[in-house]
Amino acid sequence: MFGKEKSQYIEDNKFRYTMREMKKNGSAYVLALPYFLLFLFFTAIPVVISLPVGFTNFNMAQFPKWTGLSNFYTLFLADDVFLIAIQNTLVFAIITGPISYIMCFLLAWLINEMPGPLKTVFTYIFYAPTLAGNIYATWQLIFSGDAQGPLNSILINLGLIKGPQQWLTDSRYILTCVIIVQMWMSLGAGFLAIRAGLQGIDKAGYEAGAIEGIKNRFQELIYITVPSMGPQLLFAAVMQITSSFTAGDIGRYLTAFPSTDYAAHTLMTHAFDYGSIRFEMGYACAVCFFLFIVMLFVNNVIRKAMSGILDT
Amino acid sequence: MRLIKKRRMWGGSRGGDIMIFILLLLVGVFMLFPIYFSIIQSIKPVEELFLFPPKMYVQRPTMQSFEDMLKVAGGMDVPFSRYVFNSVFVSVVVTVAQLLLSSSAAYVLAKVKAPGIRAMNKIIEVALLFTSSVTYIVQYIVMAKMGLIDTYFALTLPYIATPMGLFLMRQFMGQIPESMIEAAKLDGASHLRICWQIVMPNVKPAWLTLMIFAFQGAWQITGYLFVYSEQLKPIPIVMQQIAASGLARAGVSYATVVVLMLPPMILFLILQSNVVETMAHSGLKD
Repeated sequence: MFGKEKSQYIEDNKFRYTMREMKKNGSAYVLALPYFLLFLFFTAIPVVISLPVGFTNFNMAQFPKWTGLSNFYTLFLADDVFLIAIQNTLVFAIITGPISYIMCFLLAWLINEMPGPLKTVFTYIFYAPTLAGNIYATWQLIFSGDAQGPLNSILINLGLIKGPQQWLTDSRYILTCVIIVQMWMSLGAGFLAIRAGLQGIDKAGYEAGAIEGIKNRFQELIYITVPSMGPQLLFAAVMQITSSFTAGDIGRYLTAFPSTDYAAHTLMTHAFDYGSIRFEMGYACAVCFFLFIVMLFVNNVIRKAMSGILDT
Repeated sequence: MRLIKKRRMWGGSRGGDIMIFILLLLVGVFMLFPIYFSIIQSIKPVEELFLFPPKMYVQRPTMQSFEDMLKVAGGMDVPFSRYVFNSVFVSVVVTVAQLLLSSSAAYVLAKVKAPGIRAMNKIIEVALLFTSSVTYIVQYIVMAKMGLIDTYFALTLPYIATPMGLFLMRQFMGQIPESMIEAAKLDGASHLRICWQIVMPNVKPAWLTLMIFAFQGAWQITGYLFVYSEQLKPIPIVMQQIAASGLARAGVSYATVVVLMLPPMILFLILQSNVVETMAHSGLKD
């Protein structure tokens, strides 16, 4: 009896404390409100509604019909293309993710070692592909299957290949070509955030380091630069995870759609196929749901690993 | 202090600098080549455009492709200037709104301790991972219910509150020392003032970078599905229509690509040199 009353009292107090704290910080909520209103209507609600659609049969004309796990059974047991898409997405993410992340950081740091004007020039050059974006026509020309095509003619002249290769239609090369173009565009948001972070590091740290006997730029990098870049490194990691797992557009525009033997078919391409071409929304949402779960898992692992080493 | 001056700003030898420079130069060539090639293709006359193997230079540069592009654009129902206005208007609104709203919310998420803030942080972190191609249908329904379809609101509102913009600002603001904010609080400054007069000037590289992301994203808004009036369409969708209109216009498709990439590139050049400048100034405090 008494115990119950006491816990009730504590509950009540906690509630009052929460209310008081909320009132005290009322102006802060107001400050965050405009963003969160727009976020709620245009991001949160669409996402929250889309997730359960994965458990329905929805053709966009009739009201969605609940089908439980049936979409997922089909995906894993009857849809061979989906299994190819998983494999491609994983290969793609495992190769481009870590490499592009290391490139983002390493190149951003190397640029920072250059004198002022060169910093701007190199940052500009490296970020330019992300700005230029959709120049797939040019890449198609570079990868042209003709013996006189730019890539073919160079490789033939160097004696590396005997005859012309069909880079974008031969299933042996498609994924590699897509990966190359992805790498070319991979110095994106993460790279720029790290560049901006490097600009903000307090120079006093380097002075103190010099006094404490740091001799070369690698020691500076490990003992001063990296530890003070935690938040930016985490940002870049999340950005590279999303861009490497959600890639699909490049393959779709670069090669034919669907690509030969589905060699460039990723989960996003699969979702696009069902969502925007066949209008089987339930199935498309199921694919996205699966991708979301995979990304959530990878993200949590990376986040744990990083917060163990860095102050993020 | 003198010790530092002698070994330049930071550690490392002259020889190392040169090696880094050469490495960056090589990567830079790989980065720039496809862009250079696109520009070259856009100023080639037709007979050079279909020459095989394609030349990496132009013999007789011409603006013919750009003129053709304008000719096609001029033949549309709505004057071309209207499309330009739409894109510029939408991009400016989205960029400014994103800067204002994301920064304000990021300050709260990074620096205010109050009930619910932790949950908001978690939500944003999860939302970052959901870049989906299937939410457009629900987005459409939401906007239709609010009566926003086929208005400028449909071109701007959905693109303002991006989780990425908020996350970027929050990560940078988290590095501002707590003492700085406590001091301002003791002086009686409100959250609004602390955010905009104390925190923001200290994360200038971050919001200059945010502006680049925001503009870049906004410039690509096509309004596909959300607007159907010709008067509301922005440039990218018109360019797609022009570029898709046949092989005879191969040069035109290169011209549209070049025209589309120019505005974000120019803005980036202005903002990025400012990012570097910020650093030069803070480096001066000896």
